[in-house]
Amino acid sequence: MSRRVPGVGVVGGAEDFLDAGGGVEDDALSPTVGDEQETEGVSYSGAYAAMGVDNSLQLDSFCKNFKVVVNKLSEDEMEFDMIGIDAALANAFRRILIAEVPTMAIEKVFFLDNTSVINDEVLAHRLGLIPLAVDPRLFDDLSENDVPNERNTLVFKLEVSCEKGGPRRTVKSDQLKWLPNGSELPMELRNPSGNQKGYTSFSCSQASLPELSKNPPRVKHGDIIISKLGPGQAIELEAHAVKGIGKTHAKWSPVSTAWYRMLPEVVLLKEVRNEDAEGLAAKCPTKVFDIEDMGKGEKRAVVVNPRACTLCRECIRGGGEDLVELRRVKDHFIFTIESAGALPPEVLFTEAVKILEGKCERVISELS
Amino acid sequence: MVAQESDPVVDYKTLTVPVKSAVDKFDLLPAFLKVRGLVKEHIDSFNYFIDHGIHKIVEANKRLVCVHDPTLFLEYKRIYVGNPTVHVDLVEQKITPQMCRLSDRTYAAPIFVDVEFTKGNQPNKQIEQRQRMQIGQMPIMLRSSHCVLRGKDEAELAKLGECPLDPGGYFIAKGNEKVILIQEQLSKNRIIIDRDSKGRVSASVTSSTHETKSKTVFFMEKDKIYLQLNQFSKPVPIMIILKAMGIESDQEIVQMLGRDPRYGSLLLPSIQECYSEKIYTQKQALDYLDEKAGSTGAARARIRKEGEARKIIRDIFLANVPVSHGNFRPKCIYAAVMLRRMMDAILNSDTMDDKDYVGNKRLELSGQLMSLLFEDLFKTMNTHALEHVNSAYSKSNSAMLDFTSVLQRFSPITQGLERAISTGNWDLKRFKMHRKGVSQGLCRLSFIAALGHMTRISPQFEKTRKVSGPRALQPSQWGMLCPCDTPEGEACGLTKNLALMTHVTTDEEEGPIISVCQSLGVQDLASLSGEEIHSPTSFLVIFNGLILGKHKDPKRFANAMRKLRRKGKLGEFVSIFVNDQQRCVYVASDGGRVCRPLVIADEGVSRIKEHHMKELRDGVRCFNDFLRDGLIEYLDVNEENNAVISLYEHQDKDLNGEKNEVDRKSITHVEIEPFTILGVCAGLIPYPHHNQSPRNTYQCAMGKQAMGNIAYNQLFRADSLIYLLVYPQRPLLTTKSIELVGYDKLGAGQNATVAVMSYSGYDIEDAIVMNKSSLDRGFGRCITMKKYSVLKEKTDRIIRPQNEQNKQILDADGIAAPGEIIRNHDIYVNKQSPKNPRDSSALKDQVYVDSNAKYKGVEGETTVVDRVLLCSDTDDKLSIKCIIRHTRRPELSRINSREERKRSGMEKGGVGGMEEGGAKEQKGMEEE
Ligand code: SF4
Repeated sequence: MSRRVPGVGVVGGAEDFLDAGGGVEDDALSPTVGDEQETEGVSYSGAYAAMGVDNSLQLDSFCKNFKVVVNKLSEDEMEFDMIGIDAALANAFRRILIAEVPTMAIEKVFFLDNTSVINDEVLAHRLGLIPLAVDPRLFDDLSENDVPNERNTLVFKLEVSCEKGGPRRTVKSDQLKWLPNGSELPMELRNPSGNQKGYTSFSCSQASLPELSKNPPRVKHGDIIISKLGPGQAIELEAHAVKGIGKTHAKWSPVSTAWYRMLPEVVLLKEVRNEDAEGLAAKCPTKVFDIEDMGKGEKRAVVVNPRACTLCRECIRGGGEDLVELRRVKDHFIFTIESAGALPPEVLFTEAVKILEGKCERVISELS
Repeated sequence: MVAQESDPVVDYKTLTVPVKSAVDKFDLLPAFLKVRGLVKEHIDSFNYFIDHGIHKIVEANKRLVCVHDPTLFLEYKRIYVGNPTVHVDLVEQKITPQMCRLSDRTYAAPIFVDVEFTKGNQPNKQIEQRQRMQIGQMPIMLRSSHCVLRGKDEAELAKLGECPLDPGGYFIAKGNEKVILIQEQLSKNRIIIDRDSKGRVSASVTSSTHETKSKTVFFMEKDKIYLQLNQFSKPVPIMIILKAMGIESDQEIVQMLGRDPRYGSLLLPSIQECYSEKIYTQKQALDYLDEKAGSTGAARARIRKEGEARKIIRDIFLANVPVSHGNFRPKCIYAAVMLRRMMDAILNSDTMDDKDYVGNKRLELSGQLMSLLFEDLFKTMNTHALEHVNSAYSKSNSAMLDFTSVLQRFSPITQGLERAISTGNWDLKRFKMHRKGVSQGLCRLSFIAALGHMTRISPQFEKTRKVSGPRALQPSQWGMLCPCDTPEGEACGLTKNLALMTHVTTDEEEGPIISVCQSLGVQDLASLSGEEIHSPTSFLVIFNGLILGKHKDPKRFANAMRKLRRKGKLGEFVSIFVNDQQRCVYVASDGGRVCRPLVIADEGVSRIKEHHMKELRDGVRCFNDFLRDGLIEYLDVNEENNAVISLYEHQDKDLNGEKNEVDRKSITHVEIEPFTILGVCAGLIPYPHHNQSPRNTYQCAMGKQAMGNIAYNQLFRADSLIYLLVYPQRPLLTTKSIELVGYDKLGAGQNATVAVMSYSGYDIEDAIVMNKSSLDRGFGRCITMKKYSVLKEKTDRIIRPQNEQNKQILDADGIAAPGEIIRNHDIYVNKQSPKNPRDSSALKDQVYVDSNAKYKGVEGETTVVDRVLLCSDTDDKLSIKCIIRHTRRPELSRINSREERKRSGMEKGGVGGMEEGGAKEQKGMEEE
């Protein structure tokens, strides 16, 4: 068992180890619910060396024990189990997914006309939040001094109006049109800085790039309401999307959210029989327990589906503590990624791994 | 066939089902608010003033006659108020409230009079007539009977640029919305028995009639009773006053007080004092009083005026009791009743009146205040016209001998009304009224703030008084004034708010009620001897503070009166209150009483049945039908004392199955909905009965600060500062009050997902940790819109910008273009003024200097010109208003706790450049 201890941060304070006596490993792996140590880690791997517990991360044991099991995978959502990894690393993936995997999002909006009730700033903000189905890996970052070109900028156009005397109109996100040739707006006269003609300088049409022509940039969901127009109102604008990360603004976050939970472990401390068993099974709203027939009319409760447990503690309420113990497996994470649409979730995860890898490499190169 | 089969079958199930007792009366509430609106009391009182009060004022002052020539006169035949209009270039134009708000005008309608008059320059003095002569402009309350918004539906209101949820009830003076706050006062013309500041038992009456206002106080000092009246230089023994009114016999006085020997012995020292002054007859008493008459100074100067005392007693002493044909008897009886009640209070201190009792209070509304103001101005106008004509006559300037020309040339009415409403100062020397802050700018920080402002009652006392009595919650406030909604701090408990269903009465015609009383067997006191007044078998009947007579069977009288009221033969707001302790029946029809509707119950059984409610839901019955059919009636605070009101329909067994202690037969009324004891602000709190009570009070103050929507027309308003939420939401959990006031249509705030993790960490009170992504996605984003006004003087000019610095955002007309981003130091109106304003001959460029409007903003903020409004103000100058918008997202480390803010406000004050911010924050706090 002790070899499964993943290292860098093992759970539990020293007192727990002493109290638990012989059961060090067991308790370290699955503390009962209600203990406040949960994922709290001890950062020094030799903290418990005196007790014969070595918490240092051993690469070979990690390689042997680490496992990923994909449970569900759809276009936008993925659920997988990450087994044999420390909470710190699992959390690192989560945070990288939310804040550091880049995507494309509308950053600059040029208004030619906007007479709708939604004013410019708010409309621009709303446009920014629309997820774009564009592979960000095809683009470069646009840094401050860069000229917007076909490698770092995507241009969309929105031109809608509502007829006078007609009914009201709803502007939806699918009315954003991709302009593969870049901005169509001339540089304003007042501001004749540089020799730039327009707001973008594309050397070639983006439609001629094979990756983009195969899969033309578009909004992920066409039915997002951008604004509503009353008779006589109109919106005309150009929106420029660039690459960015969620840390800067949530609109660049590639996921709706990414989260994990630890695998629950429900342990029956005693054998629960007959009425008690039925009572226990009935208590659980997620049907974690089942009744097993032992013959001779005897029945007993068994834990069949601990994964479904939500840790709602219903089963230990009112004197159930001595029958059931709720624990969590400390190195088993049920990880869920909900993609916002730029990339499929499994690609997002590999991207996240790459980013972590890059970070580690940076640290190593700094150190050496 | 089917019927035959089912006929004999008795459905035992339905028979054994317990009687569904409670009829759901909730639907009455929306129906009530539909006919009444949320601020009906304001509108009603203003309507009463415009439709009735103004006529009475003119009627009382209708004739102006030149002192030198009685044939030279002017008589007002009729007065009426037209529709709201404005004069633009000598053309009358209809105006709407929204136009007034945007163009800084007063929403007012012309006041017309029809007159009959003679002209001095005509030899034969022919009587001329003139119709529709305008004497001024009357500010019109929004949604009142003369307002263009009256009776308009949602679409029509939208067309006029008005928000359908706006309650109305305020005025627009010079473009600003002004509310005349409800003023709380002690009852006029009522006897109040109390202890004065020196601890003496006193009986006082504040008399107020159209002619005079006075305060009469009886008090007892060293066992002797004195009268205090401002017109007498010092307190006067009460017996002398009674003698001066013609009761020379001591026996009669004692009889008028009542047979009880205790009264006689209490009065003995006073009688003795009278004798020691050697006053036995009316003549002697009057002579004695003549000496005391006049102010202290006059008395010292021994300026004695014959008959002065008689005049004072007739006109000022107890001025509310009329003296007709020199008959002082009613005044004597009134004084005797006062004395008797005073003695009762001495013998038994329980009978002392409670000044904080809501039944002893009157609420003065905008109608009454406007009426006073108008009366004062009208009289000023008339006096001025008279003086003018008189002096013209003596100078024999015949061209000036025309009242109408003077009235038209000099009319203080328009100016006076407008000034009073926009400053809030009611300075009426004629009525000895000097009040400040009567009107306030309507708070438009949020929809609820505006509503809450309309129901606020401003206190009668100064805020500085360190008394607890008036601040405490009075049991008589139940259902009338909100128990939660009061500010914290110095005005705590003094400033109150109306409850949801409260109605404030307006004056009602007295004549018919008096004759009804008389025909129901009230005996006139004139025909009775002093002894009989307080005979133990009868009750006095007191109508609006006047002793009408006595009645042998008060219960029957009261029931008969109530029956008439329920039938609609008497006004619905007339109150009948039998006071067993004082042996009086009080009938009241005066204005300013608070009352509320209740369901009538006969022996505990509500008169409203399910079928009534069904008719209401089907729309065949409205709230007024319930009133007309005698199912519901209005009770005021006094009459509530005669009623037993149950919260819900009576249940014989309580929840625990125990027998209800209250006898069903004793119940006379049932509440419509218990939650209506709360006001508008407290009504927003979900489950208020589960909260600690001060929490509800805090929420009442804080609910007004919630940002969100202000009104449907919020984007077309030109207020000096508006805060709006970009994504406001309606609350997930609503209360019935929220739906009733329309707060669900104009939400303020956002529903947030909150995780409470209170074990440790982040353990600062009132702090929250927010998800940055949610802020990125628009949570709590808000828009502020500020107004910047520029006035273009006649000599100024606004010119097209050349390609200059800080003038990028200007249009070709020299005014900022809407939609442009405006930065610090940008010019938004490119205005130039002549160096010498009088020198308008040479219009060369050299004579002009820049006087442009520069925007002062915070560096780094992106503000945008939202709208530009151009209008001509009342002096025909061009007024340019730029509305500048700034969209903000919640920022880190905004200090929110009150203490912190105070401190930072002070600290900021020290740093140069931040002073403005500090001052503003402190101002903001005062507004709270
Ligand atoms: S904690 Fe809740 S979900 Fe989990 S086993 Fe107990 S009852 Fe079932």
